[in-house]
Amino acid sequence: MLLRHTPSEVKEREALVVNPAKTCQPIGAMYAALGIHGCLPHSHGSQGCCAYHRSTLTRHYKEPIMASTSSFTEGASVFGGQANLVEAINNIFTIYNPDVIAVHTTCLSETIGDDVPQIVSKAKDDGKIPDGKYVIHTSTPSYVGSHVTGFANMTKSMVNYFSESSGTEKDQLNIIPGWVEPSDMREIKRMTGMMGIKTVLFPDTSDVLDTPQTGKHHLFPKGGVTIPELRSTGDSRATIALGQFASGPAAEALDAKCKVPCQVLDLPIGLMATDRFVDALRKTAGVSVPDAITDERGRLVDLITDMHQYFYRKRVALFGDPDQLIAMTEFLVSLDMLPVHIVTGTPGQRFEQRIREILKHDVPQVNVRAAGDSFLLHQWIKSEPVDLLIGNTYGKYIARDEDIPFVRFGFPILDRVGHSLFPSVGYVGAMRLIEKFLYAFQDRQDRDALEEKFELVM
Amino acid sequence: MIDKARFPVPAEVKEELIKKYPSKVARKRTKQIVINHPDPESMPEIGANVRTVPGIITQRGCTYAGCKGVVLGPTRDILNITHGPIGCGFYSWLTRRNQTRPPEETDENFMTYCFSTDMQEDDIVFGGEKKLKQAVQEAFDIFHPKAIGIFSTCPVGLIGDDVHAVAREMKEKLGINVFGFSCEGYKGVSQSAGHHIANNQLFKHVIGNDDTPHPEKFKINLLGEYNIGGDAFVLEDLLERCGIKLVATFSGNSSYDAFANSHTADLNAIMCHRSINYVAEMMEEKYGIPWIKVNFIGAESSAKSLRKIAAYFEDAELMERVEQVIAEEMAKVEEVRSEIRSRCEGKTAMLFVGGSRAHHYQDLFREIGMKVVAAGYEFAHRDDYEGRRVLPNIKVDADSRNIEQLTVEPDPERYRPRKTEAERQRLKEQGFEFSDYEGMMSEMERESLVIDDISHYESEKLIEIYKPAVFCAGIKEKYAVQKMGVPCKQLHSYDYGGPYAGFEGAINFYKEIDRLVNSKIWGYIQAPWQKNPEITATYAVK
Ligand code: SF4
Ligand code: SF4
Repeated sequence: MLLRHTPSEVKEREALVVNPAKTCQPIGAMYAALGIHGCLPHSHGSQGCCAYHRSTLTRHYKEPIMASTSSFTEGASVFGGQANLVEAINNIFTIYNPDVIAVHTTCLSETIGDDVPQIVSKAKDDGKIPDGKYVIHTSTPSYVGSHVTGFANMTKSMVNYFSESSGTEKDQLNIIPGWVEPSDMREIKRMTGMMGIKTVLFPDTSDVLDTPQTGKHHLFPKGGVTIPELRSTGDSRATIALGQFASGPAAEALDAKCKVPCQVLDLPIGLMATDRFVDALRKTAGVSVPDAITDERGRLVDLITDMHQYFYRKRVALFGDPDQLIAMTEFLVSLDMLPVHIVTGTPGQRFEQRIREILKHDVPQVNVRAAGDSFLLHQWIKSEPVDLLIGNTYGKYIARDEDIPFVRFGFPILDRVGHSLFPSVGYVGAMRLIEKFLYAFQDRQDRDALEEKFELVM
Repeated sequence: MIDKARFPVPAEVKEELIKKYPSKVARKRTKQIVINHPDPESMPEIGANVRTVPGIITQRGCTYAGCKGVVLGPTRDILNITHGPIGCGFYSWLTRRNQTRPPEETDENFMTYCFSTDMQEDDIVFGGEKKLKQAVQEAFDIFHPKAIGIFSTCPVGLIGDDVHAVAREMKEKLGINVFGFSCEGYKGVSQSAGHHIANNQLFKHVIGNDDTPHPEKFKINLLGEYNIGGDAFVLEDLLERCGIKLVATFSGNSSYDAFANSHTADLNAIMCHRSINYVAEMMEEKYGIPWIKVNFIGAESSAKSLRKIAAYFEDAELMERVEQVIAEEMAKVEEVRSEIRSRCEGKTAMLFVGGSRAHHYQDLFREIGMKVVAAGYEFAHRDDYEGRRVLPNIKVDADSRNIEQLTVEPDPERYRPRKTEAERQRLKEQGFEFSDYEGMMSEMERESLVIDDISHYESEKLIEIYKPAVFCAGIKEKYAVQKMGVPCKQLHSYDYGGPYAGFEGAINFYKEIDRLVNSKIWGYIQAPWQKNPEITATYAVK
């Protein structure tokens, strides 16, 4: 037993988090910043945070994650980080020559109260920022929210720094995809492309964090939303933001700043959320849905009907990030599965409300917790077992101890590949998720079957 | 420009590496990039353990990582609470691949857990001590550990939470050992400060707490071995076969009780000099245990290290047993080695990791005929490069001065010099070295490049210029290197491979390097139409 000390009885804890289901803001900001073309994320604080964030993102995406740091030592912590940041900006433009430096704070620079915009304007005055180059920033104290908050904050900063309205509307939609995989961003672009809609997707990590092996390393790969594109978001006809937690703040900021009306939808994970997404695209852009997409949808529904017996009334525990969990819960319900224990580490009452709303008919007694941890989830599972566990890599310990089929989904996934290459969003993504659920169940069935019950056709 | 047709000239390479830097940065980096002269008289001085230049993409981590992640991380039965916002605890949760093997299924093992106070804004504003106390209490109530360690993160130091006071109070209240570490990330310039802080606290709060003697004749501690990928398991087995009792390993596959009892050993054998020489020094002062430097990475080095330990005990039977084990193991190694050597001979490697690994792993490459053209440490000090003889000349700067320096005195009851002066003298005359480490540079080739705290920019340049057959670094470097068409071997986490220590480990490593440098995949990077862009066919679609 790897988690041998986890008792089934739940004692409420006030101070101790055990096996968190979230991490800190800057890593989300770093990921979002990588979705701008030619951008070097910069961590303003001591170098350890940056090292940790780069390592974790690298392990998840299996791609180089480049980011610089202000490398605070004790002096900077006492006297403030201005000298470090100004020097960093100068060095970064001289050595690495990015188009944009996206600065985020850490709990250190936040706590000492460094005023990053003021420092950046000093760097500008000192001539450390070459013409046509940008330094943007976002505030990401790690003691507020979670990594999802950091993603949302950096995405919102893209709006604050770049979005402009020129007064002439452009025939394009903004899509804020939320913290999803490069594969998901690619899939969203494929779908909008099929519908003939011009979009600005931001951030966009496809072709940044899924780059081909070419024998060359490009510090700034070809992907990412460009500065002109970001500028133009203020002229777009509308914004579709996917995931309230990760994309809502940017969408609202864009509405407030440039009067671009926004709709905040769930992440298009699963049948119904994808339906709403496609429908919103259709209505907002004024196009009709091509048959090819309706066919994809049909194939998904066909797959569900064919395999329904494997899903019906299966009990599921899930943990991860709120936007993902909300959409996933609804998807599971649509498959007639029963999500019974749900935990996110990210705080937010709205999360629990949404989940209860989705489950009010099927699982009225759901155990749901925002700002929870996976230790709590494990305790719930011990008391009321489940047939399937869905969560990030850390779930493998629970799955092994409790002998539960396990599907990896969310962030981070440190021990498997595929998430950054194959989508989970859209109809195609839903088919892939179903395949994963099925394999988990069917592999278990084969493994456990008595010899006389071991079947060729399933 | 570098002429790529001939083998690179180190002086030109160095120039190329720093050419692009602003002058202030160039001045600094020039001290940290040296061209090696292995003999002590002409060995250049290297800049090390100095601040990383802001804005540079660095390999380095922080003090907390060195303290909690490296030194305390591998101990299974100390419940480690990170006091701070959630991130630090989260990232140091199981990510170093320290394996552990509790004796029984029900024995304590907290390594799979991550404990954090998850500080919120209010805790930052009003102080987090109350929450920390409560967290310690809750951890005690649920898990009943025998010891709890508390680790400070950046904001904790800034807001002035006194983790040591909390630890004292909770120790009193709960009746178990509770101790704190002031390992805020910003202290020092790298992980190295954290190793020092960790060792100080272990020394103050744990080592020496249990005097139970062991009956065995040859008792040692292994220091600076962290059981990545099972290395310590291999060494435990090896020592046991030789008849050597391993009292404690700091800290691979370790337990609290073993630490508490470690002062009963008669010799400290140090693997990673950087991370742990402090403990060895202090144990010698206080308990009279001598220390020697060993290296169990590489078959030859493993043999040498075993012989060194046997020589220390001056026991004919032990020496014979050690020779027997070496002979058995070497036969197995030889079988693999010669075959792999035939495929790897003459290829080149670079190593930029850690504070000892960049040195130790050179032996493995040498054994299969590969040449190390450049190497450097991520967070070593000058003595790790140039040898301990430079210790008196190392300037202590502000960043080192803020780390507690313990004054250690002989323990009135338990100080027992394991060797008399005469015995030491006799051993020395036979060429035996106590308390010494000659550093990496003395074992590297003349004119090879030695680079401290290498930056991303410099490593890309090096790869471009030398096109090494393999580059050894960590996870942050791995995929950038591989995108350049060069395999990258992680020497911190071993890329999910290992063990690489001892003879068994050497065999694993040879095979791994063979796999990497001779893999077909690097030949497929270009598509056929990229290799041969002209269309020569006579038939084409109009
Ligand atoms: S919680 Fe704070 S100190 Fe820790 S890794 Fe995150 S930003 Fe850094
Ligand atoms: S070699 Fe480096 S990474 Fe390894 S333990 Fe020593 S200091 Fe740490």
